[in-house]
Amino acid sequence: MAKEKEQKQPMPPVSAWGPAVALGWLVPGGGHFLLKRNGRGALLFAAVTSMFLCGLMMQGAMFQPQTGDLLTTLINTGGFIGNICSGMLYLLSVWFGYNVPDMAGHVHDYGTKFLVTAGLLNVLAMVDAYEIACGRKD
Amino acid sequence: MPKMNLTHFEAALLFSLFTSVVLGVVTKRTDRDRLHYGAYTFACFLLALFGIGWLMYLGHG
Repeated sequence: MAKEKEQKQPMPPVSAWGPAVALGWLVPGGGHFLLKRNGRGALLFAAVTSMFLCGLMMQGAMFQPQTGDLLTTLINTGGFIGNICSGMLYLLSVWFGYNVPDMAGHVHDYGTKFLVTAGLLNVLAMVDAYEIACGRKD
Repeated sequence: MPKMNLTHFEAALLFSLFTSVVLGVVTKRTDRDRLHYGAYTFACFLLALFGIGWLMYLGHG
């Protein structure tokens, strides 16, 4: 019974959702703007961008992918992926030379978490844009 | 770039606010549900913030 309900929906063509997801990665909320969900796009843009900017102002560190023991690989590579998910915000900050080493102190520590979380929240926004573009959500 | 120097509480409050907004926007299907869910998530963050804060204070002796 439950399996019947969980029938797999066919994957829509990439052309249907690709632009919205790509723009959503590049500009937080951009996918929603493209799909004419301007109010939600503006909220997502404001929240993700503010979080990223707060992270920068707290002088959080950006992760670089590192290999070593499992925990080092997981934290640094995972953090790097989280950072990259912020899209243009991450690219601009790197291009403008933002490079703060990992320092002791709770403010810097929060800043690092803010930077990664901004990227992860942007992933949620991209998934939402994907669902809207595929017609699974209004 | 201006620097921000926040307390633990202020930083956690900001974190809760931004996260709640995004969770509210992406999770539900109507605006009313989104608003409710965002407020609910923010309240849960605050509850955890104060709860765990007191727990650490009392546990520390």
